[in-house]
Amino acid sequence: MSDRSKLIVTGKPFRFDQERDAEFERLVKRYPTRESMILPALWLTQEQEGWISAEAIAYIADRIGTFASQVFECATFYTMYNLHPMGRNHICICRTLSCWLRGKQEIVDYLKNELGLKPGEIGADGKFSLEEVECLGHCGTAPVVQVNGEFHESMDVDKLKSLLATLK
Amino acid sequence: MEVKILSAKFDIKDAHMLEVAKQHGAYSQLDKLFSMEPVAVIEEVKNSGLRGRGGAGFPAGLKWSFLPKGLNKPVYLTVNSDESEPATFKDRYILVRDPHMMIEGIIICCYAIGCHDAYIYIRGEYTSQVKALQKAIDEAYAAGYLGEKVAGHDFKLDVTVHRGAGAYICGEETALLESIEGKKGQPRSKPPFPAVEGLYGCPTIINNVQTIASLPYIIENGAAAYKQYGTEKSPGTHLFGISGHVNKPGMYELPLGLPILDVIEKVAGGVLNGKKLKAIIPGGSSTPVQTPEDAKDLTLDYESMAAHKTMFGSGGIVVLDETVDIVKLVENLAQFYHHESCGQCTPCREGLGWILKIVKKILRGDGTSADIDLLVELCDNIEMKTVCVLSAACTMPVRSYLIKFRHEFEAYVKKGASAQANVKQG
Ligand SMILES: Cc1cc2nc3c(=O)[nH]c(=O)nc-3n(C[C@H](O)[C@H](O)[C@H](O)COP(=O)(O)O)c2cc1C
Ligand code: SF4
Ligand code: FES
Repeated sequence: MSDRSKLIVTGKPFRFDQERDAEFERLVKRYPTRESMILPALWLTQEQEGWISAEAIAYIADRIGTFASQVFECATFYTMYNLHPMGRNHICICRTLSCWLRGKQEIVDYLKNELGLKPGEIGADGKFSLEEVECLGHCGTAPVVQVNGEFHESMDVDKLKSLLATLK
Repeated sequence: MEVKILSAKFDIKDAHMLEVAKQHGAYSQLDKLFSMEPVAVIEEVKNSGLRGRGGAGFPAGLKWSFLPKGLNKPVYLTVNSDESEPATFKDRYILVRDPHMMIEGIIICCYAIGCHDAYIYIRGEYTSQVKALQKAIDEAYAAGYLGEKVAGHDFKLDVTVHRGAGAYICGEETALLESIEGKKGQPRSKPPFPAVEGLYGCPTIINNVQTIASLPYIIENGAAAYKQYGTEKSPGTHLFGISGHVNKPGMYELPLGLPILDVIEKVAGGVLNGKKLKAIIPGGSSTPVQTPEDAKDLTLDYESMAAHKTMFGSGGIVVLDETVDIVKLVENLAQFYHHESCGQCTPCREGLGWILKIVKKILRGDGTSADIDLLVELCDNIEMKTVCVLSAACTMPVRSYLIKFRHEFEAYVKKGASAQANVKQG
């Protein structure tokens, strides 16, 4: 697993764009405490930037009115928050029980070979990043792969080849 | 064998859209609901015998009746849509194909328990599912089924989707509450139970998506109709997920109480490619394994599972064919639970790591018989000595593999020992 304890300082200020700003204001009314906005705000940041920087953590803490350490704690605990830029195509392969039984290793081996990446790595050209993840809730159509959040079910090497060909 | 209660609209085109859902009966029970007293709704659900579908099978109506009365505090509902137990993949069908059935269920539950703010906690990986769900909620707001006056009645209800971000432990109800409050998902010690002190310190009900989605049928048709399905102590139907080595894996709605071997054969098309059945995981990865011999008289209900020293769990059935290496399977499982430990209890944080290390050692051929005994001992020392039952969700199945398939662990030990002897002689 990648080191989830370090934040990257970009040297550039961060703030929500207009759309995220409005969504933040809509959601904050739904909770009795502002701290409840930590996870939603981290998601809004990741949607906007693709990942979460040190400046973003400070901005969220300030915006919510809480300690940066509480935001940091959540950003590092929840593994879907990216603490550094990922590949343009972030490929997650389920490694757990049902996918393992139905041949996830073939998928992993093929991708390792084809992309020259090990799970946890990002390609030098930034096109791909690869990750093995736990059960994705699609066990009946195992093995499954998720690319930039989109599910691809009942995968095999042939389907994977065609899928890779469509990615930019 | 299949029935269509919860899945009645799953195959109807565009049934996720409000207009289509309404043509097929969505929100048609609200006038009836608001004509009933809240206690009568709780009574009806109690009588239906509906049990929680999140894993523990706790009777839903009974849970609701634990809410303290006369407290001057808000009551909250959180719908558990974390769906992260390996081999569980049922709730997302509801979220995507018939979200209005769940929203109607939320209205029913909130009216019964006097709640005006409900939160749906959905796992972060469900990217398209969260969008589909939000769209349905927006539609329900626009049509006046949510908001200041639900369906024109004097009842306010807000429903908010809260998205997780990749932590299995947030399916545990108190970790889920911490997560909504903006903290790490670390379970709380109980008591106090959430029904007394839950979200923001207020009385809170946590129910699984499928539990909530079962309510419109019960209100429309009554408890007696619901009880026509299933067994006396396990009434109703369930969305079962069948995965692993079967010819037709998938999600099937079945009444409770069917023989598991029949279901595997007739519903799921039998073992993949005509291979021999080795074992069955009956209710998600945390449930103890069953051999074909054990499973002969095993039926899909809470009582039969308990009699077989396993659990109904989340209805995720995994079929293992003769080629499965049980020691490697245990490695796969231990890695999952070790990775997902929230880290606050030493026996879980360290112990599950030790289980994984020792299994890896056995797989490398460096293990001894004493290591197998040590694994059993570890399980005994971890289980029930922690804040939540994630640790037991690992040790209960692991112990069952160690007992029922000990010979496979021994085989690795023997192979390793003879390989080492050869090295020494050569
Ligand atoms: C480690 C762990 C993970 C859990 N994951 C889920 C889950 O993903 N979905 C769920 O509904 N319940 C899950 N549960 C059970 C919940 O804690 C809770 O019992 C359930 O949501 C209650 O709803 P029900 O009574 O309707 O079943 C989990 C429990 C534990 C201990
Ligand atoms: S048992 Fe494990 S997951 Fe549960 S509270 Fe303790 S450390 Fe966390
Ligand atoms: S085991 Fe891979 S999606 Fe569930």
